[in-house]
Amino acid sequence: MIHRGLLRYQGARYLWWALGVIAASVAVYLSQDSATQPPNGGTWQGYVLGTLGALLVAWLGLLAIRKRSYRSTAGTVQGWTSAHVYLGSALLIVATLHCGVQFGWNIHTFAYALMCIVIFSGFFGLYSYVRHPQLIASNREGGARSELFAELFELDQQTRVLAQRCAAGVAIAVGSSIERTTIGGGVSSQLFGNDRSFFIRGDGATSAVARNTDQQPVIDFVAARLPRAEKGAEAANLQQLIVFLCRRQTVLRRIRRDIRLRAWLKIWLYFHIPMTAALVIALVLHIVVTFMYW
Amino acid sequence: MQRTVVATIPVDYLTKKGRGRLATPQMPSFKIAIIGAGPAGISAAARAAERDRAAGLQHPSYVLLEGFSAHAKTIQRYQKGKHVMAEPGFLDLRSDVDFQAGPRERVLSMWGDGLEDLSVNVRFTSEVRQIRGNRGAFTLQLGNGEDVVAEHVVLAIGLEGNPRKLGVAGEDLERVQYQLDDPREFRDETILIVGAGDSAIENALALAEQNDVWILNRGKEFSRAKDANLNAIVAAITDPRSRLNCHYETSIRGVTLNSTPGSPALSVVLQTAMGEQSVQCDRIIARLGAIPPRKFVESIGIKFPNERSDAIPELTRHYESNVPGVYVIGSLAGYPLIKQAMNQGHDVVEFIHGNDIKPADHPLLEYQFHGLPFERSADEMLERFQTLIPMFRELNALAFREIIIESDIIAAYQPGAEYDDAQRKMVLLEKCLQQRKPSPRITRIVREGEVIYEPGEFGTSFFTIVDGEVTLESAAPQNIRTQLGRGEFFGEMSLLSGRPRIDRAIAGPGCILVETPRRTMLKLMNSNEEVRGGIDWIFIVRELQRHFAPFAPLKELRTVASRVKLHQFKAGDVIFREGETGESLYVLRSGGVTLSRKQGGANLVVSQLRAGQLIGEMSLMGDPVRRETAAATVAAEVIEIKRREFVELTRRTDARLEPLQQDVSRRAVDNARMQVRPETGSMMNFLMNEGLGEATNVLVIDESLCVGCDNCEKACAETHGGVSSLDREAGATYANVHIPVACRHCEQPHCMKDCPPNAIRRSENGEVYINDSCIGCGNCQANCPYDVIRMVYEAPKKPGLWSWLLFATGGGPGEQVGYAPEPAAKAKGKKAVKCDACAGVDGGPACVRTCPTGAAIRIGPDQFVDLVEERKR
Repeated sequence: MIHRGLLRYQGARYLWWALGVIAASVAVYLSQDSATQPPNGGTWQGYVLGTLGALLVAWLGLLAIRKRSYRSTAGTVQGWTSAHVYLGSALLIVATLHCGVQFGWNIHTFAYALMCIVIFSGFFGLYSYVRHPQLIASNREGGARSELFAELFELDQQTRVLAQRCAAGVAIAVGSSIERTTIGGGVSSQLFGNDRSFFIRGDGATSAVARNTDQQPVIDFVAARLPRAEKGAEAANLQQLIVFLCRRQTVLRRIRRDIRLRAWLKIWLYFHIPMTAALVIALVLHIVVTFMYW
Repeated sequence: MQRTVVATIPVDYLTKKGRGRLATPQMPSFKIAIIGAGPAGISAAARAAERDRAAGLQHPSYVLLEGFSAHAKTIQRYQKGKHVMAEPGFLDLRSDVDFQAGPRERVLSMWGDGLEDLSVNVRFTSEVRQIRGNRGAFTLQLGNGEDVVAEHVVLAIGLEGNPRKLGVAGEDLERVQYQLDDPREFRDETILIVGAGDSAIENALALAEQNDVWILNRGKEFSRAKDANLNAIVAAITDPRSRLNCHYETSIRGVTLNSTPGSPALSVVLQTAMGEQSVQCDRIIARLGAIPPRKFVESIGIKFPNERSDAIPELTRHYESNVPGVYVIGSLAGYPLIKQAMNQGHDVVEFIHGNDIKPADHPLLEYQFHGLPFERSADEMLERFQTLIPMFRELNALAFREIIIESDIIAAYQPGAEYDDAQRKMVLLEKCLQQRKPSPRITRIVREGEVIYEPGEFGTSFFTIVDGEVTLESAAPQNIRTQLGRGEFFGEMSLLSGRPRIDRAIAGPGCILVETPRRTMLKLMNSNEEVRGGIDWIFIVRELQRHFAPFAPLKELRTVASRVKLHQFKAGDVIFREGETGESLYVLRSGGVTLSRKQGGANLVVSQLRAGQLIGEMSLMGDPVRRETAAATVAAEVIEIKRREFVELTRRTDARLEPLQQDVSRRAVDNARMQVRPETGSMMNFLMNEGLGEATNVLVIDESLCVGCDNCEKACAETHGGVSSLDREAGATYANVHIPVACRHCEQPHCMKDCPPNAIRRSENGEVYINDSCIGCGNCQANCPYDVIRMVYEAPKKPGLWSWLLFATGGGPGEQVGYAPEPAAKAKGKKAVKCDACAGVDGGPACVRTCPTGAAIRIGPDQFVDLVEERKR
């Protein structure tokens, strides 16, 4: 075994660190004398836990810098990421103990809520980092995305040439299906793989724009034409055309899936990072406000 | 940009008529005929012109003959604005014509001006077809049938050769070209391209952008082309929209000028598979390769030491060949750099005039010998060195001199006053040479007892002992010490196999060593059978000793060594087959070999062997039937040891028989284990196809961990001047193992093969890197089978990380796609860029250290098996 994922970095060293931090926090929390007042952020234990939490937030945020400090010899980025995950998870408990599970409609709970959003979006990110690379790799079967696109363009061309040799209705349908195939798009299209492909049903006198979701309608359209083929040669062309269209369908599915999986792999960061910025601001306000009422 | 040079033609030449075969008084006759107006020829002619002027001669005593229509043909063909370098920096230029590094145009005009200012007697489009006669009376027959008579001939024709012509009537018409400078020059013409090689394809593709192009291929396919070109041309031919078409199995029978106005200029008769066919076109571009100059050189009577394509004719110290009166200079003589060639051009004319001047590189020798404990002149020292080393004794003086200039001289002194004195002397010299950039080599001073190299270091040099002693200490567990003395050599193992050093070398009392770089040594071995034989032989002796009889003295091994055979295999060649009865074992000297077993009709790879390992030893120890087929994965050299020799070697009581037998047992189990797990075998196959059979350090990405953040690529660019030498997404993948396009640091680096300034080096830790002396020729890029070398301009400086983070200035970390180089970078020209495995960057390879998920790792050959094992789970 040579490769090791970030959770198992150095035999999950930072899991033990995180457990240590949690154990220490719990010990501090339990040392509060609940006879005089319930555990809260205002006791000395509360201040200790709060300071620890704030330091953790600051350190967790430093990953953004360390990741881009390419000459740094302070550990490896994998080590930092591993520690980021475990200590970030521990923060959830440290902060909860700090506030003594006292919530209200105020800046303090707001900061806590932001922190939870950041941490849970991180959990989601961790899930996609662990799960999606495998799915992406097996979906592409060893090829790069650019190779899938190359194959698609090649197929488009072959399909078009072949369709030209078929009846006008088929040629229009296939040609328009290629032209009006959509891949990707906005955020939601990428995340949910929405397919807004269309084609023109050129049967006889009327021509109508129809949905071509997953390319199945155009395949059905060409297949429906087959029993009515006029010559042997046309039938042969239609058969081959169906093969091309099915292959196109497969390639398009792979590309869409690749886009979808990669979108999920990336989307959480667009949430995690701005929320972190918001958290840092809220945290500063929380601290300032705390000292104003001291 | 071409200058017309006023040629001073001798009066007797003007009166000449007809085509005389013998030298008659009317024929133009000279003291020196210089063939080839490249840097060497120009410089030689300039010196001759200068001498004529000084002597007040009316008519030139020399002639410069050039087959092409302008000077410096090779450089004329460079792309516009290409930067021409002036390496090696520490060598002074000695020529009557100026030369400095600069863009192609400036260099060409420098030489053009030189020719003009000195009124050099040059004749262009005067290809020399034949040379007959002896010293004092050579007759040179030119392409147009004219003869020129000369007392001495200087060959400065380079290595490129003249383009092969069509060989039919009309081959010399104006619109029949043999090169293409700028494809954009032509528009809406009908052009025939003749040839099926890379240059024909590249020209055809470029021209088809705005012309109708027909490519004429004599064969049925484009089998000689590179993969990328092959794919591109086939795609273009089948694409109905492209303006490129192909005639297969077609050649040209004849070309004539069209007289009808309004029709295309040329009328061409084609020989096709269906018979003759007549077509019209505007232009023919024939790319049929070049006629190597060797044939022409041999026709003069000049001998090459062997049949190798890179062999160099033997020359005297004065560059004179075995044909008295014929001198060879420049790249044909083995000096590929412009400055060397120009210096030789100057010197050779002086030599011919009987002036035995010291070559321009003479001071370099003096610096190298400066720290030696003798008071002798450099020339005397050189002579003494050569007599002390038996292997080099037969070498010609010029070749030996070149070896010493390219080598390092190491001298060992007793620690204490002696050493301090020597060191002080060298520090003084170094101060004197401070202004020279780069500074020339000087004697390296070491202490007696100092380690010259350690086991595990990647050595790229070869050592010869001139005087004193050296101790070789084999690595644990044996720790055998061997004393070497005057005339002996060491370090051949790494030289030949590309493996790291396996022993420790320690400087002994009074030792003086010549440390020769790998490239120089390989060049020498290619041109000198004796040196090759000597090194081959000692390699075999030491391999036998290491594997079989570590305590046997060399003398005893000598007879056995003379009976074993050395074989060479190309990639894919079979060494032995499964089921055969084996009577010998093999030591793999260089390259890689795979062992495979047949199972259910498929060949399963069960083992991968690397230089230094034994193959087929089971046949001599236990099982006589070969259980595997052994085939070379890359070009491989093996030493075959027959049963008789093996028995003789292992008969000694202190032979290494037991460990050998243990190895056999272990490998039998390993191979069987691989056989019963076919998936590991196909993984192994994949890795071998990706070049891991010759890799020493390779980047491997686990696709199931990679999130595609490209932080590895960014790290590469950020630590290497804004240019990444890693393409993560490109490259092959098999079962989640992805080998990106990044350097593998091959055992025998392909890129090193043909680097004119010797800019590609291997560090002691094994990293193959390119130093600052790169001239941007692109040879390494062409030679690398894994496409990991890029030719790029220096990237401009970017704003720092914080200004990007806070103010969004610049494009952030990583290489900026399609960056615009600064004028200074553009002037310097494109340089080769490749992975150096972050040699000199603290903490090791940045790509690995910045991977957040642990997907990217760099591994060496020892870990390939682990990689396969991992997949197995």
